[in-house]
Amino acid sequence: MAFYVVQFLTGLASAASLFLVASGLSIIFGVTRIVNFAHGAFYMIGAYIAFTLTERFSGAFGFWGGVVMAALAVALIGVLVEMVLLRRIYHAPELFQLLGTFGLTLMVEDLVVLIWGPDDLVGRRAPGFKGAVDFFGQNIPSYDLFLIVLGPVVLGILWLLFQRTRWGVLVRAATQDRDMVAALGVNQKWLFTSVFAVGVFLAALGGALQIPRDAVHHAMDLRIIVEVFVVVVIGGLGSIVGAFVAAVLVSELNAFGILIFPKISIILVFLVMAAVLIVRPWGLFGKPEAAARKTPGLSVNPWRPLTSNERLASLAALVIAALLPLFAGNYALTVGSEIAIFVIFAVSLHFLMSVGGLASFGHAAYFGLGAYGVAFLAKMAGLPMIVCLLLGPLLGCMGAAVFGFFAVQLSGVYFAMLTLAFAQIVWSIAFQWVSVTGGDNGILGVWPASWAASPSHFYWLALGVAALVTIALRIAVFSPFGYALRATRDSLLRSEAVGINAKRIQWTAFVIAGTTAGIGGALFAYLKGSVFPDNLGISLSVDALVMVLLGGVETVSGGVIGAIVYKALNIWLVSQTDLSKLVLGGFIVLIVVVFPKGIVGMLEMLAQRRRKSPPPGSSLLAKPIESAE
Amino acid sequence: MRARSYFVGAAFALLAAGMGHSALAEDIKIGEINSYSLLPSFTEPYRKGWQLAVEEINAAGGINGKKLVVVSKDDGGKPADAQTAANELVSSEGVAMLTGTFLSNIGLAVSDFANQKKVFFLAAEPLTDAVTWAKGNKYTFRLRPSNYMQAAMLVEAASKLPAKRWATIAPNYEYGQSAVAVFKKLMSEKRPDIQWVDEQWPPQGKIDAGPVVQAVAQANPEAILNVTFGPDLVKLVREGNTRGLFKGREVVSFLTGEPEYLDPLKDETPEGWIVTGYPWYSIKTPEHDAFLKAYQAKYNDYPRLGSIVGYQTIKAAAAILAKAGSTDTDKLIAAAEGISMPSPFGEITFRKIDHQSTLGAFVGKTAQKDGKGVMVDASYKKGSDYLPSDAEVEKLRPKD
Repeated sequence: MAFYVVQFLTGLASAASLFLVASGLSIIFGVTRIVNFAHGAFYMIGAYIAFTLTERFSGAFGFWGGVVMAALAVALIGVLVEMVLLRRIYHAPELFQLLGTFGLTLMVEDLVVLIWGPDDLVGRRAPGFKGAVDFFGQNIPSYDLFLIVLGPVVLGILWLLFQRTRWGVLVRAATQDRDMVAALGVNQKWLFTSVFAVGVFLAALGGALQIPRDAVHHAMDLRIIVEVFVVVVIGGLGSIVGAFVAAVLVSELNAFGILIFPKISIILVFLVMAAVLIVRPWGLFGKPEAAARKTPGLSVNPWRPLTSNERLASLAALVIAALLPLFAGNYALTVGSEIAIFVIFAVSLHFLMSVGGLASFGHAAYFGLGAYGVAFLAKMAGLPMIVCLLLGPLLGCMGAAVFGFFAVQLSGVYFAMLTLAFAQIVWSIAFQWVSVTGGDNGILGVWPASWAASPSHFYWLALGVAALVTIALRIAVFSPFGYALRATRDSLLRSEAVGINAKRIQWTAFVIAGTTAGIGGALFAYLKGSVFPDNLGISLSVDALVMVLLGGVETVSGGVIGAIVYKALNIWLVSQTDLSKLVLGGFIVLIVVVFPKGIVGMLEMLAQRRRKSPPPGSSLLAKPIESAE
Repeated sequence: MRARSYFVGAAFALLAAGMGHSALAEDIKIGEINSYSLLPSFTEPYRKGWQLAVEEINAAGGINGKKLVVVSKDDGGKPADAQTAANELVSSEGVAMLTGTFLSNIGLAVSDFANQKKVFFLAAEPLTDAVTWAKGNKYTFRLRPSNYMQAAMLVEAASKLPAKRWATIAPNYEYGQSAVAVFKKLMSEKRPDIQWVDEQWPPQGKIDAGPVVQAVAQANPEAILNVTFGPDLVKLVREGNTRGLFKGREVVSFLTGEPEYLDPLKDETPEGWIVTGYPWYSIKTPEHDAFLKAYQAKYNDYPRLGSIVGYQTIKAAAAILAKAGSTDTDKLIAAAEGISMPSPFGEITFRKIDHQSTLGAFVGKTAQKDGKGVMVDASYKKGSDYLPSDAEVEKLRPKD
C-alpha cells in the first residue's frame, strides 16, 4: 500500500514540473493565439542560466535566488523577443508565428552549445531538500515534496492573479474574445507583452527547478515542448486548471502505467490526448473557440488560375529543371530528386492547410506510411518497383481515411493536435513493432529497379511525379470541389447553409492530401533505399509546416516555392557549416520579419504594386482587405 | 574560455572543409559523417581525436607519400540526412572511403548505402550487432566493440555475483533492447538459476526517473542492469541515490565508465557499479601514454572515449589505405580483411570473417575520488576474447 501512495506522490511531483511549463504555454496561447514553439527553448535557457548562477553563488540564498533570477532574466529575453519579433507578425496568417518561434528554437539549440559547451551539466541539489523522507519503508525525495506543494501554490497564485486583478480580468477577457477587448480600447500591445513575459517566466522557472534532478543539456527543449503542448490541449487551451488536471492525469497514468506496460511511456500522452479529443473536442476544461471574426475571403489577392503567360513561364521552369542532368553531377541530381519529393510533400500539406484551412501537425504520418507501404511491398512481397510505387501510397491513403475521419470533426489547433497524436501513434507502432518494421533500425535495401537507378533517371521520375501532382492539385483547387473546400474554410456556417456537406468535403481533402504525401513517401523510400521511423516523425511534420508557411500559406503556389527554398537551404547549410541550426534559424526569423506573408505572398504583393493600371473590375478585389482585428 | 575553444574548433573544421575543396588531385580524401549537432558531448572529443590522427599521419609523410584529407559532414541524427551526406562525399567530393557514424540506425543506413554504391565504409561507433552480423555486408567494417562484445565482458563479471533476482532498465530503442536481450541470454546460459523480476523501458531522452526507480525498487531485485546513458543516466542516478535504490544492490551498467557519461555525475557518482568504459587516467601502456601526451599537448584537455574512437578510426582508415596502395574499393576490402595495426589500447585486428575489429574495452568499478567519478580496478578486455565462435558468426551473417 505504501508503495502505491509513494508512486502516486512521485507522479504528482512529475506533474508539478510539467504544470509549471504548461501553464505558461496555456496563458500565452489563450491570449495571443501564438503557438509558441520556442516555449521549450525558454525552459532550456532557464535551466542553463540557473545552472550558471547556482554554481557561482553558493548557499540557500544563492540557490533559490539563482533560480528566481534565472527565470526573471529569461522573462526579460521573452519580452525582447515579443517586442522585436512577435509584435510584427500578430497580423500575419494564423500559425505564421509558429514559424518565427521555430526559427528561434533552432538558433537557441546551437547557441547554448556555443555558450555553455557540449558537455551535459549537472547542477547542485537544492539546499534543504537534498535527502529523502521515509514513508513506511519507502523513500520520497524531499525535493519531490517541495514540487508537489509548489504546483498547487503556483496554480493558486495564478488563480488569484486572474480573478482578483484588473490585469487578470483583461487576460481572461482577451482569452475569450480579444477583438472585443481591443474594441473596448484596451492597449493590446502591453497586454500581450506582459502575458508573454509571465508565460516565459513560468517556463524558465520550470526549467530552473529541474536543476536538482536533471542534467542540463542542449536537447532539453525538444524533450519537453511536445509533451507540454499535449498537456495544454488535453486540459483545454487557455485553461490553467485544465493544464493542472491534465498534467496530473498524464503523470499518474505514466507512473502506474509503467508497472503494467513498461514500454508505455513512449506513447502514453498521445493516447490520452487522442482519447480526450475524440470524446471532448475542446479538451477537458476548454470551451469552444469563439467564432473568429475573419473577413470572408483572405487579406491578400483572391486566388486565380495562372494566366497563359504564367503557364508558359512555369512550363519553361519545368523544362529548365528537366535539363539539369545535362550539366549537373550525380550529387546535385540526388539533391534535386530530394527537393522534388519534398515539393510533393509540401504541396500535399499546402492543399490541406491553405485550401482547406486545416493545419495538420502530423502530416509526416502519411508520407511515412507511403514509404513503409513501398518497403513492405518491395521487401516482403518482392513486387517490382512500378507496382510498389503505385500501391505503396495506398497505405498513406488508408491511414488518412481512418485518422482523417476523426480529425475533421475538430478544427483549429485541436485539429492540429489530434493529427499530431495520430502521427505519434503511427510512429510508435513503427518504432515498437520490431518484428515487422525493424524498429528504429528500419527496413534496408529498398533500392530502385535498374531502369530508375541512375541519378538522372530517378531525378526525371521524381520531377515528373512532382509536376503531375502539383498540376493535379492546382486543378483540384479551381474545381467545384476546390471551391466547396474553400467555402468550408472561409465560413463553415455559410457553406453548410448553402448545402455543402462540410465534414465530408474536408474528409475528402484530408484523404487526397494524405495520399499525395504517401506518393512523396514512396519515392523517398526508393531515393534513400531505406525506411526509418524518422520518416513519420514530428520533425518531418514540422519541416512540412515550415515549408508551407515559408512559401506563403495564403497563396496557391507557396508549397512549391517553400519546399524548394527550405530544403535546398537546409541541405546546403548542413553541408557547409557546423552551425547550420543557428544560420537556418536566423534565416527563418529574418524571413518572418521581412516577408510576413511568406516568400510567394511577398512576391505577389510586389507584383501587385508594380502593376500600374489594374484591369477594371478587379480593382476592388485586388485591394488587400484588412482583417477586422 | 569554453566558448572560445569551441569557436576555434569550429573555425578549424570550416578550414578543414575549405581545404577539402581545394585539395590537390594527389591527395587522398576520406569522407567522415557523424551526429555533430545532435550529440556534441560525444562528437566534439571525437572530432578532436580524428583531427589529431590526421595531423600525425600527415606529419609522418601521409599515406604512401600522399597527403590525407578528411572531409567531415554532420548528419543531424537523421538516417536520411546521413545518406545525403554520404552521397555528397562519394559523388562530389570523390572520397576513397566513408567513415564515422554514431547512432545504430545511421550506421546501418550508411552501411546499406555503401553496399548499394559499392563504397568502402568503416563504421566508427554504432554498436548494434546488425552492422557486422544480421545486416552485415562486404563493404562495411566496424571499429568499436559491439553490443554483444560489451555484454559478454559485463556478463563475465556479473555472473560471478551472488545475486539471483535481476531487474533491467534500458532505453526503449534498438540499442537498449538488444543490449538487454544479449545480456539476458549470455547471463542465463552461465547462470540458469537467475530470475528476471522486472524490466523498465523509459523512452530514450525522456525518462521519468522517479516512477521508474520506484517501480524497480518495488520488484526488490538483488541486482540491476542499466543501459541508459547521457542525461537519462543522470536523472536515474540522482533519483536512485535519493530513494536508496542502489543501496545493498549490485548494479551492472553499459558505457557508464566512459568519461562522456561518468564525468557529469561528479559527487553523485554511485560506488561499485560494474561498468564498461575508458579510465584514461589509469592506463599505463606505452601506446596509450603516447596518445595521451599528444592529445593533451594539442588540446590542453583530457581525452574522452570519443577521442579514442575518432583517433583510431582515421588511423585504421590510413593503415588500410596504405596497405591497399590504392583507393580501389575491392583492393581496400582485401587490405582491410585481417589487417592488424597498433592502437592506444594495443594491437587490434579487423577480422576477415565478419569485419569486426578486435578493439576491446575496459571493465571496472565506479568510485568517487575528490568529488569526481572515476573507474577503479579497471582491466582491459580484448575484443577477440568476447566474440562467438566462427561457426556461429557464419550463421549470423548473410552470405555476400
